[in-house]
Amino acid sequence: MIRQLTLTAITAMALGLGAGAALASGGEGNYGHVEDRQFSFEGPFGKYDQMQLQRGLKVYTEVCAACHGLRYVPIRALADPGGPGYTEDEVRAYAAENFTVFDPELDDDRDATPADHFPRVTGDGMGPDLSLVAKGRAGFHGPYGTGMNQLFKGIGGAEYITAYLLGFTGEENEVAGQYLYENMAFPTGWVQMPPQLEDDLIEYDDGTPATAEQMAEDVSAFLMWAAEPKMMARKQAGAVAVLLLVVLSSLLYLANKKLWYPVKHGGKEANL
Amino acid sequence: MSGIPHDHYEPKGRFATWLHDRLPVVGLAYDVLMIPTPKNLNWWWIWGIVLAFTLVLQIVTGIILAMHYTPHVDLAFASVEHIMRDVNGGHMLRYLHANGASLFFVAVYIHIFRGLYYGSYKSPREVTWIIGMLIYLAMMATGFLGYVLPWGQMSFWGATVITGLFGAIPFIGPDIQTWLLGGPAVDNAALNRFFSLHYLLPFVIAALVAVHIWAFHTTGNNNPTGVDVRRSSKQDAEKDTLPFWPYFVIKDFFALAVVLLVFFAIVGFMPNYLGHPDNYIEANPLSTPAHIVPEWYFLPFYAILRAFTADVWAVQAASFITGGIVDAKFFGVLAMFGSILVMALTPWLDTSKTRSGSYRPIFKFWFWLLAIDFVVLMWVGAQSTVFPYDWISLIASTYWFAYFLVILPLLGWTEKAKTPPATIEDDFNHHYPEASGSAAE
Repeated sequence: MIRQLTLTAITAMALGLGAGAALASGGEGNYGHVEDRQFSFEGPFGKYDQMQLQRGLKVYTEVCAACHGLRYVPIRALADPGGPGYTEDEVRAYAAENFTVFDPELDDDRDATPADHFPRVTGDGMGPDLSLVAKGRAGFHGPYGTGMNQLFKGIGGAEYITAYLLGFTGEENEVAGQYLYENMAFPTGWVQMPPQLEDDLIEYDDGTPATAEQMAEDVSAFLMWAAEPKMMARKQAGAVAVLLLVVLSSLLYLANKKLWYPVKHGGKEANL
Repeated sequence: MSGIPHDHYEPKGRFATWLHDRLPVVGLAYDVLMIPTPKNLNWWWIWGIVLAFTLVLQIVTGIILAMHYTPHVDLAFASVEHIMRDVNGGHMLRYLHANGASLFFVAVYIHIFRGLYYGSYKSPREVTWIIGMLIYLAMMATGFLGYVLPWGQMSFWGATVITGLFGAIPFIGPDIQTWLLGGPAVDNAALNRFFSLHYLLPFVIAALVAVHIWAFHTTGNNNPTGVDVRRSSKQDAEKDTLPFWPYFVIKDFFALAVVLLVFFAIVGFMPNYLGHPDNYIEANPLSTPAHIVPEWYFLPFYAILRAFTADVWAVQAASFITGGIVDAKFFGVLAMFGSILVMALTPWLDTSKTRSGSYRPIFKFWFWLLAIDFVVLMWVGAQSTVFPYDWISLIASTYWFAYFLVILPLLGWTEKAKTPPATIEDDFNHHYPEASGSAAE
């Protein structure tokens, strides 16, 4: 069974995106490279950068949303604490301005409201849904395949997205009527998505220069939030739990010591 | 309850007496809580409490998660995201539950290896050991079933691989696999029954835990020396033991708080570390992940499953003798289940008269090699099957069987064990010279 599955996996990869790699010349061993980056949300006390999430939302809306949905993300979440921090009015305006949804009761399309989710985007040539992409990819696996370095670097999903968006070499290849583009971050090296980001593709509201690298990092941070919107609440709860348990275990340590002292010292009481 | 002599509950007052005559439940609770416990127990004895706590944690978080989860192939993945995004505290509940499974297995592995070192499986505790192994099997089944429920890529393909193991049984295998899945492949019928069984098995575990505790409350706890508590009189027993409450409850709670400190740090700061990224991609029967890896706690046995490939002479011999009925695939399945079976049979495979490994100098070496072997198997189970990993897993798997089937039986005859202390009291006073009261000063 396992051998069959492994074979299936290898065959699927060889027939699919890997086919381009087989045809392309050299460089195969260098693919799948993801560089570590410093994101504000890494580490136990890391937080999302609200302005970065807002910029990332703009990149998503103006570039990615053409081909990629965010089906699990409710639009109202843009106003939730620990997110991009828009007001409810801003979110209402954003939803109506950018998305339409099909309403079965009206039997017609209507403007999206905050209660709707970001639309799902399906169809020919469209890409995968991005709701969870930042958690569905691991950038780091070392050392020796244990993944332990995720302790320090984070799981690497945001780094993977950034590396992917910036990883195009400009080489392209046609296989059976389908164009494939060489990408250094992708494990097999060749992808169906054409390069998207170039400097000044969009204009940021906060005046940040819209370099390709800036946009890639911003949209990666936004997608990390989209995948893990409750991260800041979770880390806060974790910190409170750890603090309380430090206090509790200290008290229990002392209680235990006092309790056992007479047993270990011939009936003498502890002097704590 | 027979066992170590100790004070029993005496109802005080009219209502307590009235109830005690009709249902001695307070007396039962008293006997359980006040059980005389060897006073020399060390810190390896705290994992039972951690396990009991984790079982409760998993049942409580699981019941709430089940209120929001939908076991249907089109809705399961989305309902998990609903829990993560819309349910109040849902993200915390799910991360507690997912990481709680890992805590459960960390604790059970240490608990089992503690038993293996100190000979807790030996007479008269064989039944406790066997019940423990049944709990462990039920835990593995529950963990596997639960991992399928989010209906991610690893859920789906893990379920396909694991149920495929049953398909490897000669002749009737494919029929068994179809019967287990409720269809020809992992689909809605399988997801529904997995959910149902995932909800059922924890209560089976809880019942087995009660029997496990009942069994070792009858025989009394083992302890680091392996020496029995003196039972000739209550006075003698009290020299070797202390009541479970408050001495061991407080000690265990302290240890539990420290363990939970680490647990909550993982849940709060890196809840996906022990998960697999592919499980955040919805199950797709048409797309096989590049590497199908089980959860970390199955990796040692997964390594044993994969170790015996068709080019191993033992596999070829088995195939030749059985006329091809036992092929490499079935051999691997037999090896995997066999590796747990030999562990369950330890009480009868270990021939040594000395209970605790502390007094067995040669045993110690092989035991720690087994502990390292377990870690190696866990690591190699996550690697691919190419050289040198295939050799590492074969050697490590062979050692696992050699330990239980060859080394333990032989050591009992060849090894010259040291003499344990005469009593638990002696051992305790040796560690705490002031304890006897008369000494010192």
